[in-house]
Amino acid sequence: MEEKNLICINCPLGCPLTVTMEGGEVKKVEGNTCPRGEAYAKKELTNPTRIVTSTVKVKGGRLAMASVKTANDIPKGKIFDCVKAIQNIELEAPVTIGQVVLADVCGTGVDIVATKNVPAKG
Amino acid sequence: MREYELVIIGGGPAGLAAAVAAHEAGLRDILILERDNELGGILNQCIHNGFGLHTFKEELTGPEYAGRFIQQVKELGIPYKLNTMVLDLAADKTVTAMNREDGLFQLHPKAVILAMGCRERPRGALNIPGYRPAGIFTAGTAQRLVNMEGYMPGRKVVILGSGDIGLIMARRMTLEGAKVQVVAELMPYSGGLKRNIVQCLDDYGIPLKLSHTVVDIEGKKRVEAITIAQVDEKNRPIPGTEERYECDTLLLSCGLIPENELSRSAGVELNPVTNGPTVNESLETSVPGVFAAGNVLHVHDLVDYVSEEAGAAGRHAADYIAAGCKAQEHKALPVKCENGVRYTVPVAIRPDAAGDTVTLRFRVGNVYQNKKVAVYAGDACIFSRKRPVLAPGEMETVILKTSLLKDHPEADGITVTLEEA
Repeated sequence: MEEKNLICINCPLGCPLTVTMEGGEVKKVEGNTCPRGEAYAKKELTNPTRIVTSTVKVKGGRLAMASVKTANDIPKGKIFDCVKAIQNIELEAPVTIGQVVLADVCGTGVDIVATKNVPAKG
Repeated sequence: MREYELVIIGGGPAGLAAAVAAHEAGLRDILILERDNELGGILNQCIHNGFGLHTFKEELTGPEYAGRFIQQVKELGIPYKLNTMVLDLAADKTVTAMNREDGLFQLHPKAVILAMGCRERPRGALNIPGYRPAGIFTAGTAQRLVNMEGYMPGRKVVILGSGDIGLIMARRMTLEGAKVQVVAELMPYSGGLKRNIVQCLDDYGIPLKLSHTVVDIEGKKRVEAITIAQVDEKNRPIPGTEERYECDTLLLSCGLIPENELSRSAGVELNPVTNGPTVNESLETSVPGVFAAGNVLHVHDLVDYVSEEAGAAGRHAADYIAAGCKAQEHKALPVKCENGVRYTVPVAIRPDAAGDTVTLRFRVGNVYQNKKVAVYAGDACIFSRKRPVLAPGEMETVILKTSLLKDHPEADGITVTLEEA
């Protein structure tokens, strides 16, 4: 048995949750005022994921940088590896929103896509 | 210079949504003036996700959210001028502006929408003691440097203020390899959204120290260290609680101020609580034909509500022009705030000029639990809703049925208040 504390982010109430874990499984969630708190605790403690956003350099564009994101959420533990992989990317203008700039980042099966249109210079 | 019926000052989220809505309401003669070199405003540097859940039912980044509106403006063929600075707005709605192509020029529109947004409170407005070296940035400046220019402002960081931009930048700087040591917040509660505290600070083990402020900045050329201390209930630093952090950068996320120099020059009445114009239910200011929406009116947490508000301003401006620009003589009910409600937008409602519903937005002045938001027309309660928690960092919205206001013709005012649940 192991107890973990976290704060629910579903609404401004921010319920302090106490979660009882056993063998990697959530046994009990306490402190939540609604069912969303329980669902959040289960996801956060068994498979926490995040969308990662960053920027990449653009050559020959009207702007120096283009913003990018993971097309879906990736495991929380892979955030830093993902950002490192993004840092090595350099794109050629033009860049369009939705364009895949790196496929299958860090073996997550998730693509990095551009979130900004950068037209070519001139 | 060709004249336009509606001039929108600002091409950020508010200006774009106002333009699209005014066009959809039938107005064809619209011009957007934007001082930056692209449309989209501050969204262009907000590369994080979480935008658009209400408007588009999906989670977009700032540039993507702006992109959707920019595309609509372009598809509708609404003209806009970039790199154009508006210098003056007169009470007769004469707009004086300049850019490199047109030089100095004047426009005489029938209606104006103020959509200039807001700016960050700088160090000079904060009374922080210590030297004035390089390395002190507002969080938004750092955000622009990192996300748009591709520069890192520093490597070891202390953040003062827990506004959302500061929280977002704590995460962003950490991901780019900086060490964010602490976020100090003067108030006993955070000014940012709960989800940002969890996902930007807790995820990366960055401590948030409430009731703390900066009491010293060291370094003559570049920031070398920051000392923070706990404050008492009167916000005075408590001797003996000082903690010193060696660092090269201090980020400030200490509040946003609506940018109303132009409103002031036009004689638009401002609300001292929001620092934005006082508006009626049609988002019209004290100067007839001048409307306001977005962060210039009051600072929002979510861009979705900016777009919604600006859309309403756009429709009302179009209606005003279509109706021959006449001031309407309707009875106006002033909206009063009580018991912890700090302000409301609008500050007056004219039931006979309103549509089926009126949207009231407001903020509270403290953290409250188990309260009821109640709205009265005169002495009659016309709205009541339980709220388990209310916080200054989260804007509240109440949608009133206009018919309920009309049911109480004797009422000479509206009151928004908090009551025990």
